[in-house]
Amino acid sequence: MAGLELLSDQGYRVDGRKAGELRKIRARMGVFAQADGSAYIEQGNTKALAVVYGPHEIRGSRSKMLHDRSVVNCQYSMATFSTGERKRRPHGDRKSSEMTLHLKQTFEAAILTQLYPRSQIDIYVQILQADGGNYCTCVNAATLAVIDAGIPMRDYVCASSAGFIEDTPLADLSYVEEAAGGPQLALALLPKSDQIALLEMNSRLHEDHLERVMDAASKACKDVYAVLDQVVREHLQELTTLLGDRTAA
Amino acid sequence: MLKSKTFMKKTRSGGILKIVREHYLRDDITCGCKGCDECQQERAILELEPILESSLCTTAHYLLPDTNVLLHQIDILEDPILKNVILLQTVLQEVRSRSAPVYKRIKDLLHNPDKCFYAFTNEHHRETYLEQEQGENANDRNDRAIRTATKWYNKHLKKSPKMADVQVILITNDRRNKEKAVEEGIVAYTCEEYIKSLTANPELVDRLACVNDEKNEVESGRLIFAEHLPLSKLQQGIKSGAYLQGTFRASRDNYLEATVWVHGDSAENKEIIVQGLRNLNRAMHEDIVAVQLLDKENWVTMSSVVLQDEGDSDDIESVEEKEKMLKTAVNSVKKPSGQVVGIIKRNWRPYCGMLSKSQIKESTRHLFTPAERRIPRIRIETRQASTLEGQRIIVAVDGWPRNSRYPNGHFVKSLGTAGDKETETEVLLLEHDVPHQPFSQAVLSFLPKMPWTITPEDMKNRIDLRHLYVCSVDPPGCTDIDDALHCRELENGTLEVGVHIADVSHFIRPGNALDQESSNRGTTVYLCDKRIDMVPELLSSNLCSLRSNVDRLAFSCIWEVDENANILNTKFTKSVINSKASLTYAEAQMRIDSPNMNDEITQSLRLLNKLAKILKKRRIDNGALTLSSPEVRFHMDSETHDPIDLQTKELKETNSMVEEFMLLANISVAQKIYDEFSEYALLRKHPSPPPANYDILVKAAKSKNLDIKTDSAKALADSLDKAESPGFPYMNTLLRILATRCMMQAVYFCSGMDNDFHHYGLASPIYTHFTSPIRRYADIIVHRLLAVAVGADSTYPDLTDKHKIADICKNINFRHKMAQYSQRASVAFHTQLFFKNRGIVNEEGFILFVRKNAIVVLIPKFGLEGTVFFEEKDKKKTNLVFNDEVPFLKVENTTFHMFDKVKVKISLDASNIQHQKIRMALVEPEIPGVTSHEDIATNTNGEPVPKKSKS
Repeated sequence: MAGLELLSDQGYRVDGRKAGELRKIRARMGVFAQADGSAYIEQGNTKALAVVYGPHEIRGSRSKMLHDRSVVNCQYSMATFSTGERKRRPHGDRKSSEMTLHLKQTFEAAILTQLYPRSQIDIYVQILQADGGNYCTCVNAATLAVIDAGIPMRDYVCASSAGFIEDTPLADLSYVEEAAGGPQLALALLPKSDQIALLEMNSRLHEDHLERVMDAASKACKDVYAVLDQVVREHLQELTTLLGDRTAA
Repeated sequence: MLKSKTFMKKTRSGGILKIVREHYLRDDITCGCKGCDECQQERAILELEPILESSLCTTAHYLLPDTNVLLHQIDILEDPILKNVILLQTVLQEVRSRSAPVYKRIKDLLHNPDKCFYAFTNEHHRETYLEQEQGENANDRNDRAIRTATKWYNKHLKKSPKMADVQVILITNDRRNKEKAVEEGIVAYTCEEYIKSLTANPELVDRLACVNDEKNEVESGRLIFAEHLPLSKLQQGIKSGAYLQGTFRASRDNYLEATVWVHGDSAENKEIIVQGLRNLNRAMHEDIVAVQLLDKENWVTMSSVVLQDEGDSDDIESVEEKEKMLKTAVNSVKKPSGQVVGIIKRNWRPYCGMLSKSQIKESTRHLFTPAERRIPRIRIETRQASTLEGQRIIVAVDGWPRNSRYPNGHFVKSLGTAGDKETETEVLLLEHDVPHQPFSQAVLSFLPKMPWTITPEDMKNRIDLRHLYVCSVDPPGCTDIDDALHCRELENGTLEVGVHIADVSHFIRPGNALDQESSNRGTTVYLCDKRIDMVPELLSSNLCSLRSNVDRLAFSCIWEVDENANILNTKFTKSVINSKASLTYAEAQMRIDSPNMNDEITQSLRLLNKLAKILKKRRIDNGALTLSSPEVRFHMDSETHDPIDLQTKELKETNSMVEEFMLLANISVAQKIYDEFSEYALLRKHPSPPPANYDILVKAAKSKNLDIKTDSAKALADSLDKAESPGFPYMNTLLRILATRCMMQAVYFCSGMDNDFHHYGLASPIYTHFTSPIRRYADIIVHRLLAVAVGADSTYPDLTDKHKIADICKNINFRHKMAQYSQRASVAFHTQLFFKNRGIVNEEGFILFVRKNAIVVLIPKFGLEGTVFFEEKDKKKTNLVFNDEVPFLKVENTTFHMFDKVKVKISLDASNIQHQKIRMALVEPEIPGVTSHEDIATNTNGEPVPKKSKS
């Protein structure tokens, strides 16, 4: 039996998308009341929850404290039920530590940390269901949560993955496409200024193709931005109408 | 961008893992019809007014075939008459998982703009997507999806006024599906019904594959064969060891025998004999089969009987009688034997051959005899039997039912009259899988536009060498000149030698259609009267060919050497040259030899010649072998293109001069690209042969009191040099010919995938091909690697992927081998033509090999090799004594040793029109009852000589 045809001659991917199209994104902000900020996002079948605490005083050892800016503390985890097979995922395994580090780097670049010297911001993200593009979904969820917490950022951080299959760059890879083993690139972008917060690539890709794949990824990031912005605006609308109702009463 | 997409989930349970996949439905998938107002589409494919005259469906219509029609009737779909076909994604996916070759052919059809095939992505269309219902199996769901899509199409087309009267017709061979379709108001026909209704094109019917309902067939008639086991059972059996998996190789001489080469490394039961029609159980040559070993008492030996399938009925009794004949010939050691229990993979391809017309005049069922003797005869149905008789035709196999003696097939196309030069050339190209169609438009579109000039853009990374006195030396009549040379003295007293190779990689850019085509062709094939180019003629004979007095782009390899040919400095660069002369070997030789010529070119040639001699000596001292094989050239009649004379190739000093510098360039380049790209360099190796290969050579030499040492290439080369026999000057050549036969094949490989680089024949630790990019694809890759190494070009992804390079190697090795075989076949065919015109000739020759019942004779004058048999079916047995040790063969009272001189009579055996062959019979030394006494004059051209069969 032949393997899956990831991109048909007619230009459709396995799930019916075209090369540059994203999966359906749905998001909600302010899902938990107790945290300072929280958000839930679905990108197709990948679902993630992000929670932000802070800025608050440094917890634990004071030696971590920075005098000119705040510390960004991240924690990435995957729910035991997030994949096809239930699996215990101990904290601090190699993959999630790497993910944690990447998130930290991304948000240190985006949050205006110098506004909160000697303090700490905690970002906790959990993947509830994994179907490819875990890192990118986490970044998008965390962005919404940080905005919900009211922490000032330079810009939204939008992330999207891109791959390269049959000489075509594909945006926002699903799990099947990731599992095919081709080159894969994760890009976190500050869309207004086109600044790159994080760029990661695994597997080999020829230099000649890099530009096209980068273009596809940044295009996808901007599409993500449009959706996230919409979500934030709708959320604010909801809040203000609620507030309006209260004042009226 | 984010259109409204309904979101659905498709759950697929396989094993224990639950996989959840998204499945987006879209509303922007177009119908592909030119006249459609509703779909906004840039590239509609289906024609506005599809015209195909059918008595069943008189209005304009599109066809929509289902999976089985595609799988079985692909031949007919490829016919240019059938156009405007809609292929559903459901169907394409099913075909893809069931047959890769058919899928590839369908993809080609989809890409062909003339055929107007449109692929409709129905599974992602909002209105045609269906979910599998409870209790419905996947097949039924797919059938339902196909029907739904057909209905959708019909409804959709009604909406556009221009298309309102166009119908979509479902073509299905499944009775249930068809009934249901008709119930739902869809026009549906079986493939046969539809094709037969095409009144204007009756010849299409012949190309229908005959796949009958298996059930009907089983009821009628007797079963001959045991059922094939299903794949799942075979796999179980193979795992448990009950069955063995192997490649089925039918015997060339006996249609009731075959061997199965078992896959895997186990030493025992490597080769299993299968004997008898029932045990063969419908397996065909090259199939992957599962065999079950028989009990030890039923084991047999390979019989040495020649049996050709001659009966043309389903007469089983006669076969059984013949099978008994095999059994009686039992005496020696029995070998593992088995029976075929199932077919794992069929390796059918279209076969060339001829029609054996049925005796019954009105019959439409005929037997087809393939040119390859290992393939059984195939029954086909055709109404054009009388026209096809005497022609070479191609037939594809459709299946082999249990009650049929022969497999069923259908006619694909006719190649032309048998015996015609064009037809026979076509046959040998097809049988050797040589791609020889004219280059497609897509390929030609990547050629440079004429008139072509060198632009400043081309001059980047290139040096101008137009001032040098460069010349090329080639065989006469050569139009694809890929190499040119120069040599001059430098001011410091050293010499500068340049080898300039056509810069083909400048014109063939990686990845485009032109590149893919040449990569697939792999090599130019030179037949006796025809050249099948690897690259289009504009490149091979003009822009890339380093002709004289025109500016040409080249890749140059320039050495600085001292007068003892020691290399002081090597430089590789892209360049522009202007060759001052294109010489033949003879012309170059004449210039070197004539004392009153002293122009620059001649001087350059003399220097080159001097250096070449030093280089050659050094190479031979290092243990390079000088081998020999008889090569012939035909002198063709300029009008009929029939061969009128044969001539063995003559080697001049200049041949070896050119060769020497090509070797030097190849070795230098190999080293350079390996240093630069240790993982992806494309190199060529020649493994040293296992010592046992030399046995025959050593024994033969011993019988003539000569000593051949084979411990190393050097020892072999030295002892070959010393092996001279007084009064027998041809002896040495014979030994070299024999030594050539002992060698292994040289192959291309990727340096990252192998660690043995040695080239045995040239005694070089590393070697590649760089000097003939016009006719070999390997050289193009090497050029690209070298260009990157010297900074003249950039890499591209596939160049730095060792698996891709290894794939290329695999293909070019295969093409190279096939090119050699077809060249040999072409020489053989022309030799036959030659002897057909010459009648019967007596000629002197030497014994090359001694066999159990025959001797192999080489005739130096024609470079022709043939076998003289001493055992003939219809004659009384001659007394033969064979000794493998010396080796010799004693016939009555005459003893034949290897290298003995004999005289033979050469004639053409045309008794079998498909397999004409050169026949040799012994004339001298005379042996009563064996040597031929027929009067030469009585036998005229091509007339069947009394039939003699091989044994």
